[in-house]
Amino acid sequence: MNIPIEYYIWLSTVLFSIGVLGVLYRRNAIIIFACIELMLNAVNLLMVAFSAKLNDSNGQVFVFFIMAVAAAEVAVGLAILVMMYRKTKSVDIDILNRLRG
Amino acid sequence: MTLYLFYFLSFVAIFSALLVVFSKNPVYSVLYLIITFFAIAGHYILLNAQFLAAVHVIVYAGAIMVLFLYVIMLLNLNQDSEPHKSSLAKIAAVICAGTMMVIIIGTLRGSASLPAKDGVNIGYVKELGNVLFNEFLLPFEISSILLLAAMVGVVMVGKMDHKTVDSPQSVNGNSTLDNRPSTMDKVNEKELTINK
Amino acid sequence: MSTGAMICLIPLLPLFGFVLISLTGKRLVKGFAALIACASVLVAFAFAVALFVKLLKGSGPLTATMFQWISAGNFSASISFLVDPLSSLMLLVITGVGFLIHVYSIGYMHDDEAFNRFMSYLNLFVFFMLLLVMGSNYLVMFVGWEGVGLCSYLLIGFWFKNQDYNDAANKAFIMNRIGDLGLLVGMILIFITFGSLNYADVLPKAEAIGTPVLTLITILLFIGAMGKSAQIPLYTWLPDAMAGPTPVSALIHAATMVTAGVYMVARNNILYTLSPIAMQLVLVIGLATALFAATIALAQNDIKKVLAYSTVSQLGLMFVALGVGAYASGIFHMVTHAFFKALLFLGAGSVIHAMHHEQDIRKMGGLRKYIPLTYFTFLVGVLAIAGIPPFAGFFSKDEILANAFRQNPVAWGIAVLASLLTAFYMFRLLFLTFFGKTRASEDTIHHIHESPKSMTIPLIFLAILSLGGGFMGVPELLGGGNWISGFLSPVFARSTELHVEHHLSHTTEFALMGIIVVFTLVMIGLAYRRYVAKAHVPAAEGAPLTPAHKTIYNKYYVDEIYDAVIVKPLYWISKLFDIVIERSGIDRLVNLIGDSLNDWSGIFRRIQNGHLGYYIFVMVLGVILIVAFSYTR
Repeated sequence: MNIPIEYYIWLSTVLFSIGVLGVLYRRNAIIIFACIELMLNAVNLLMVAFSAKLNDSNGQVFVFFIMAVAAAEVAVGLAILVMMYRKTKSVDIDILNRLRG
Repeated sequence: MTLYLFYFLSFVAIFSALLVVFSKNPVYSVLYLIITFFAIAGHYILLNAQFLAAVHVIVYAGAIMVLFLYVIMLLNLNQDSEPHKSSLAKIAAVICAGTMMVIIIGTLRGSASLPAKDGVNIGYVKELGNVLFNEFLLPFEISSILLLAAMVGVVMVGKMDHKTVDSPQSVNGNSTLDNRPSTMDKVNEKELTINK
Repeated sequence: MSTGAMICLIPLLPLFGFVLISLTGKRLVKGFAALIACASVLVAFAFAVALFVKLLKGSGPLTATMFQWISAGNFSASISFLVDPLSSLMLLVITGVGFLIHVYSIGYMHDDEAFNRFMSYLNLFVFFMLLLVMGSNYLVMFVGWEGVGLCSYLLIGFWFKNQDYNDAANKAFIMNRIGDLGLLVGMILIFITFGSLNYADVLPKAEAIGTPVLTLITILLFIGAMGKSAQIPLYTWLPDAMAGPTPVSALIHAATMVTAGVYMVARNNILYTLSPIAMQLVLVIGLATALFAATIALAQNDIKKVLAYSTVSQLGLMFVALGVGAYASGIFHMVTHAFFKALLFLGAGSVIHAMHHEQDIRKMGGLRKYIPLTYFTFLVGVLAIAGIPPFAGFFSKDEILANAFRQNPVAWGIAVLASLLTAFYMFRLLFLTFFGKTRASEDTIHHIHESPKSMTIPLIFLAILSLGGGFMGVPELLGGGNWISGFLSPVFARSTELHVEHHLSHTTEFALMGIIVVFTLVMIGLAYRRYVAKAHVPAAEGAPLTPAHKTIYNKYYVDEIYDAVIVKPLYWISKLFDIVIERSGIDRLVNLIGDSLNDWSGIFRRIQNGHLGYYIFVMVLGVILIVAFSYTR
């Protein structure tokens, strides 16, 4: 292992933060979705890095499961987005202001 | 050599990730995201996780991102006419994300000093399959049920009738929305019922 | 079946009937509901008989514990039952007479749309009454005591669409509450004094306790009895309680519930025997009630009201017996009274049924021809209550009077006066209802009919009991063994030992008996002369009356006095509190809290503005805070 683990920590943290930035920055629900995927991948990357360093396969299995869950989540989320678009003719999340008491 | 490769891949990943956030056209965003994913797959190979790299390319770049593109094309969103947030909100978002980064790095730095271990390479299909089908057999099977449920759910959501999810007047506070397609849908439905 | 299971099943069966009928509601066919209600009481009666036989064979008091109910500190109470001669006798009366009245109700209430509800209430009442008499500690008795009060309320107000009936139900309940408070405080005092509420722990230790405490306890308990058994000054609810259906009047307000006070005093006989002041109080209240109610009954024109006041008067007589220490005589009279008063009420119900819900005796008369069976049984009841030998009332009443004479000739005189008045007004009732010319309208006469079999058969049974019931207590004087007094003697053993008896010579007893019978016959003669020979009919509503008559007719204005002395001032105080404390004090405070909450929530609800983007933002901030916190900790 010739690449120090700190590098991976930095890399994935930066990617994660870019994901967070995207979620907060954009109004387009699809881009927000994409940014969530980005955050998931940042976590995956770090998990694999640590798994390689500690020689522990559990980390990689976890990544595998996260991928499965992400696939399911994207399918359902995009279906909901399509429904939302059919109702409002928009994917702008600032229109979705009905979640209040 | 590997270190240079690492720098290159990292640069590509971060650069395209930033472009995901900042490009105006959603299609470009998604395409940049695919590049980011390929870069991450390269990192996986660097880390000797060949199986995961393959799966990653297949699932993310192959399936999920195609789904994204498909939806964007379907909804005809490939123009950069998206309204922007106020600059105050943008600044707040940047500060927030920056704080998050600092906090996470601060939290994770301590774990870098964990001792490294050597052993058989765990990234190969054989090793991973051993673990997956022995230790994690039940979660593995359950994840298949999860995928099935997601599939059924998507079909249900997609087929949901317009009228059951209605009350558009309270949703679209901005009245610029065009209602014509939905009325056309209704006409189509009427024709369908007549045909039946 | 084991004895314990049998004891537990006696109260559980009616409860089971109640649950079954009330849960199924109107879906249950009437006939089936009636079957369940009657069968549950009949089986309970069968068990009661079995236990009674067991006691007759010489077994000691039977007990059964269902479960531990409360256990806190040094206080513990369990749901447990005690069957000794006293409660066994009560069981027989409650389930036996109760069963007959259940059967009667099938006929009487048949056309009522709430028939099932009625039957379920009757079953519930029987359950609570059984709990009252079978409980082996004061707490179980108290549960039954309150439960019968509740059932009384429910059944008096059974036809709740009539506001007068609801008011009567409220009155009964509130009057009872006043008495119950006394009982409750008495119970607490018992617990403080004896450290337990079990009869078995309390009663044998009574002699070790000072008289003043016992006097206080017994007087408090007696206040409870005043409320439940309608004694002065808490008697006014009973006549109003006649608003309920007639079977209810027979079961609750004549045969069983109102005798709960008598039972309670008899159960605690040792406490009373040890506190002469309380005994005097019981005697005085009993005498006053007996005479007072008897005079009121002289001028009432409602068939059920007359019977109600006669019940109050007879209950007074029972308390006289308890007050002179003749507990067995009091219980004996209670049993015979249950027979003949239930008979009279059911007979009155039959008359009312025949007359299409006419209760005014001025509009009856001459019914002998139309409903002979009812007339005949009613006559048996009247003879029994008047004390004509050999009907049941004669023996029990005579025993009370003889005991009263032993103790105090003045008390005897008053009691005799009350019982002579009883003979007069009961025959007045009989003559006005069944003799002379019919004063009802042509239309009503045309429709008069004898009641169905389900009503007449219980009447016949009760008539037989009223005729023969007295023979369980034939005094030695007349060649009997006074079986009932012997049977009950274990319960009253200690009291009898402590009680000083002056024995009367047989000649005196004969003389007393003779005097009473002769005077009773004279009274009947007077009633006959006035109401049959001279065909006198009480004045119509609103006609001028002599002052004395008017006072009696208006029940000595007791209700009005209570209204002026207690109810009105209470209203004034309530109004004062309403204006001063409620509106300007509590209301303002409550409004202040509500308003301030409203204002604050007005500020905080802006956080929840519904924008998804905003929510995500806040969520990220939250995650940052959590991570930062867990890292820096």
